Amino acid sequence: MQNDIILEATGLTKEFLGFVAVKDVNLRVRRHSIHALIGPNGAGKTTCFNLLTHFLVPTSGRIRFNGVDITGRSPAAIARMGLVRSFQISAVFPHLTVRDNVRVALQRPLRNSFQFWRSDSMLDRLNDRALALIEAVGLAPYAGLPAVELPYGRKRALEIATTLALEPEMLLLDEPMAGLAHEDIDRIAQLIRKVAADRTVLMVEHNMSVVADLSDTITVLARGEKLAEGPYAEVSKHPQVIEAYVGTGHG
Amino acid sequence: MSTRNVGFLLLAVALVAPWVAYPVFLMTALCFALFACAFNLLIGYAGLMSFGHAMFFGLAGYVCGHAIKVWGWPPELAMLGGALAAGALGVVTGALAIRRQGIYFAMITLAFSQMVYFFCLQAPFTGGEDGLQGIPRSPMLGGLLPVHNDMVLYYVVLAIFLFGFGAIYRIIHSPFGQVLKAIRENEQRAVSLGYNADRYKLVAFILSATLAGLAGSLKAVVMQFATLTDVTAAMSGEVVLMALVGGIGTIFGPVVGAVIIITMQNYLAATGEWVLVIQGVIFVAIVLAFRKGIVGEIADRWRAYSAGSRK
Ligand SMILES: Nc1ncnc2c1ncn2[C@@H]1O[C@H](COP(=O)(O)OP(=O)(O)OP(=O)(O)O)[C@@H](O)[C@H]1O
Ligand SMILES: [Mg+2]
Repeated sequence: MQNDIILEATGLTKEFLGFVAVKDVNLRVRRHSIHALIGPNGAGKTTCFNLLTHFLVPTSGRIRFNGVDITGRSPAAIARMGLVRSFQISAVFPHLTVRDNVRVALQRPLRNSFQFWRSDSMLDRLNDRALALIEAVGLAPYAGLPAVELPYGRKRALEIATTLALEPEMLLLDEPMAGLAHEDIDRIAQLIRKVAADRTVLMVEHNMSVVADLSDTITVLARGEKLAEGPYAEVSKHPQVIEAYVGTGHG
Repeated sequence: MSTRNVGFLLLAVALVAPWVAYPVFLMTALCFALFACAFNLLIGYAGLMSFGHAMFFGLAGYVCGHAIKVWGWPPELAMLGGALAAGALGVVTGALAIRRQGIYFAMITLAFSQMVYFFCLQAPFTGGEDGLQGIPRSPMLGGLLPVHNDMVLYYVVLAIFLFGFGAIYRIIHSPFGQVLKAIRENEQRAVSLGYNADRYKLVAFILSATLAGLAGSLKAVVMQFATLTDVTAAMSGEVVLMALVGGIGTIFGPVVGAVIIITMQNYLAATGEWVLVIQGVIFVAIVLAFRKGIVGEIADRWRAYSAGSRK
């Protein structure tokens, strides 16, 4: 069924001054699946994310989201369509409190964000929802703390809570487990699984047990090109994949 | 001590001040305080460093003065005209400048202000190097306010300052201000949440320009002239200084910074050329001693102190 595919990229290519970071990549992500994008360092995974969300403009190739061609739209517009990304280096608003970080996301659909003549106390009605999201990622005790004071793993959790606040149809998570302690990894993995029940997740991840555990489909990138695709059991036996990982001393 | 209490304290000082100090001096200080607050809205809350804010301040002074002197507008309407003219200039210059970041943004604003300076030097209605002299202090509110009296004018200026200051406070503490802070904190993240950062920055730029224009108009009414000095790059630098000394991103910092700098210039005027040197030394000393500006530093220590005493 055609509309089972929520995100489709065809011939995605990005050149940086003659260096091809992503080369003719075709990607089809099924709705309500968890799709992992893996590959050695420098394979072009983050660049792919940047292209899909248009934080970088593709050199060539087209992207369709929900059947709509989104190539050439602004990154903010793509986010408003329901395709929301996180960043490899945790991205929070450091001097806003944990609660206000989430509230910034909750505020967006209200269409009041240009109202400079009204009091921000009108945002207080978002507090309950903000606190519920914060609780879901285990940050309730820190709600009043400036985000900058959180330890790294908690910042990642906050980033996910903020992303979820937008209720996106599809999430792009760039290495959600990087820098997390063991117990945090389990909690975030659970959270991703829960979130994916009625959403689609595309994630870049180096932690292979997490990838094996969570993902329905895996796409392997190496040197900007697609090497293999399929479920974990299949992809992990792929000789070229093994070579790519061994070749760079990774995994 | 809460922000509110500090506000009441400063207000009380402002209300009795003209019985203690020269009203004209105080009014000048209020004009620059408003100018510095408008500048701080941009640097402190949108994270945008403008090196050309004198263009809004100075140009509004000319527009306001011309409207009073030549067109015979009542001062309150002329001030509104000056502010709106500065806002319009903000639309044009902002739309082009905000596409660039950091030092490039600052350089573009500087370039625009140089163009406005040249325009003010050459335009037929500005009086060139002499400036626009002899702006009459026509009565306000249809003759109800005899503003030729310095004491009366002082309270009018105070009221307009409070209006401008209140507007800035409201902007900072509005839904818009909240998004602005998020963009200042992490622009990429704000974009990834669906906020079109450039548009918010442009609105902030226009608001800041308009309020800087209100300050410039007010000064023309107080001093009864508009001068080329107010459009120079040196004036753009001075407002940066005021905000830095007082504390960028604090609500009262620019007020304190403006009062300090204006007082310094007033008392040091007798030293002639030395004023710049002395001002420079004091500036360096303050910035070294108070890294977050005077108000920023005091607020930090107060917070640390009250957190400590609560334990
Ligand atoms: N803005 C840029 N300009 C030039 N080269 C870039 C740019 N961004 C990425 N690259 C290059 O493109 C290649 C792919 O980078 P990318 O960040 O997409 O890799 P990645 O797969 O995410 O790696 P990692 O696992 O280390 O995060 C790298 O060689 C990188 O140096
Ligand atoms: Mg990466």
